[in-house]
Amino acid sequence: MTVLVVILIYLSLLLGLGMLSGSKSRGTSKDYFVASHSIGPFLLLMSVFGTTMTAFALVGSTGKSFERGIGVYGLMASISGLVHVICFFAIGIKLWSLGVKHGFVTQIQFFRARFESNRIGYLLFPILVGLVIPYLLIGVIGAGKTILPVTAGAFPNLFPHANPLWNGGVPPWLSGLGICLIVLAYIFAGGSRGAAWANTFQTLVFMAMGIVAFTVIVKSLGGLEQASKVPLTVNDKGLLVQNYGIVDGQVEELTEPLVRGKVRGEADPSLAGYQPHLGRKTLEMDYKRPGPNGELIDAHRELGIPPWMFLTYLFIPLSVGMFPHLFQHWLTAKSANTFKLTLVAHPLCIMIVWVPCVLIGAWATGLIPPGVPPAAVLSKMMSDLVHSPILTGLLTAGVLAAIMSSLDSQFLCLGTMFTNDIVLHKTGPDRFTDKQIILIARAFIIGIVAITYFLSLWAANKNVFDLAVWCFSGFAMLTPLVFGALYWKRTTTAGAVASILAGTATWLVFFIIAGGSEYTVGPGIMPVTFCVLASTVALIVISLMTKPPSEATLAKFFRA
Amino acid sequence: MKALLIFIAIAMLVLHQDFWLWDNTNLVLGFIPVGLAYHACFSIAVAILATLAIKFAWPHDLIRWATGQDVKANLKDKKYDIH
Repeated sequence: MTVLVVILIYLSLLLGLGMLSGSKSRGTSKDYFVASHSIGPFLLLMSVFGTTMTAFALVGSTGKSFERGIGVYGLMASISGLVHVICFFAIGIKLWSLGVKHGFVTQIQFFRARFESNRIGYLLFPILVGLVIPYLLIGVIGAGKTILPVTAGAFPNLFPHANPLWNGGVPPWLSGLGICLIVLAYIFAGGSRGAAWANTFQTLVFMAMGIVAFTVIVKSLGGLEQASKVPLTVNDKGLLVQNYGIVDGQVEELTEPLVRGKVRGEADPSLAGYQPHLGRKTLEMDYKRPGPNGELIDAHRELGIPPWMFLTYLFIPLSVGMFPHLFQHWLTAKSANTFKLTLVAHPLCIMIVWVPCVLIGAWATGLIPPGVPPAAVLSKMMSDLVHSPILTGLLTAGVLAAIMSSLDSQFLCLGTMFTNDIVLHKTGPDRFTDKQIILIARAFIIGIVAITYFLSLWAANKNVFDLAVWCFSGFAMLTPLVFGALYWKRTTTAGAVASILAGTATWLVFFIIAGGSEYTVGPGIMPVTFCVLASTVALIVISLMTKPPSEATLAKFFRA
Repeated sequence: MKALLIFIAIAMLVLHQDFWLWDNTNLVLGFIPVGLAYHACFSIAVAILATLAIKFAWPHDLIRWATGQDVKANLKDKKYDIH
């Protein structure tokens, strides 16, 4: 109960911040959507980092490391640092220059002007919205998965659960609803300024709480060196064993190791003593996990990272080039200098958040059963190892902060795109008053939140990390388009449309085959590779086959 | 200098594929697996690369092109200004 009270106090503080930022508003739609271009370097860093590091970074990275081990950091975090910096430099600053010169605010405005086509906006809008929804979804699912374990036991009569571990916990349908309403409340009160302030506050909270969580968990595990002995170990019979366990809330070495699974195939003596989650060697693991009615069923998991997967993951961070909220930040930043802090600090912030989470996920393999859903691993470690309800509440607030700091910017950006790129584009700028424009944006945002919420109930057991990877893959397949638009004069409207269609079709085929779960082709090649390839080839081939853009457009977008 | 920075960025993309550490579970400083330590250092190297890029390859000419006129006056007459 104390945990829940602490979480509620945090959420109230957040609402107060939203109200306060609302009182600073100039009351115009321009102020509501882009805070009148007043976001400086620190707010930009917090906003960019806070928005890109959602449930995916805290809950997802811990869960994926629990499944595959420490290779997850190189797979996603370190490569994101490099690719994001390259994209900020190559795309961001160039877009800023065009935003200043021609006054673009949304990416659809930019593409419409660059490709001299209104229709490209109507093609891009549903695709961008469709790709943002999974991103929102992982936040809502992540919130539910985080709150359930830490509140387990609080309301046994009100919220009974088939699994005794989670009995009495606040169910995901309620926590997801609560999170959506809180975020809606503070962005409606404060608009983009409210989102930027809330992002800064929440990013600082989740980074601080991440460090506190790590420190407390390390202490409970008996120190850093002791913690590294805990992960699942292969014994001489090829069995995966836990040598440690949580007894009366304390981590203790077990006299009899607990068998959690088996390495597939003949026992390999050279693997004896190997801790698969501290390396990247691929091993197939067979284990048992609880079925829907509590019975144990056979399950299988790949440990480690296949080299082809590691290589082709580098396409995924390209998504940063087409995230609508980032695109909007680039187009509307106060000055080019605003980007400098983000360029340097972004990879370091990623490191500060991801390294502890990845380590916690690897250590968790030696303490909790492999059948625990990956999204619940961080929360389970906190509830098992942190014995102060106030601290557990604060740490949970930190995870929720990471989740909400992503939702707010995305919600607001979708509202901005809908009003400017669809409604006002069709009706003209003078058709509605400022108040009506804000109302239209809010109505659209509520619609998107409702869709996301109901999808989250349906996809409650999806892996947060995998869903995020699908979302990022979708944006990544659109990134060749922005590169072409900025750097290749010969890119034509038909080439752009072909690129969007080819990339989207390829993405859809793989997404449907995979059902939104982890999926690789052949030796571990990520589907994003084929999506980016298809959109790039279509862009080049069709552009070369069609008439080049007009001289006036080229003069507008390219320096002589 | 710009060419050198591009070369370093490409070299880093190659160095990211640390296949020589794949099976290695040795611990650095007694607690951090070497595969994770390598990539944490990689993140620090990216921050250093970004610092160098800002110092030696900042696109001053592009910024001058964009802000050739008075920015505030320019923003007032935008066809695509936000409503």
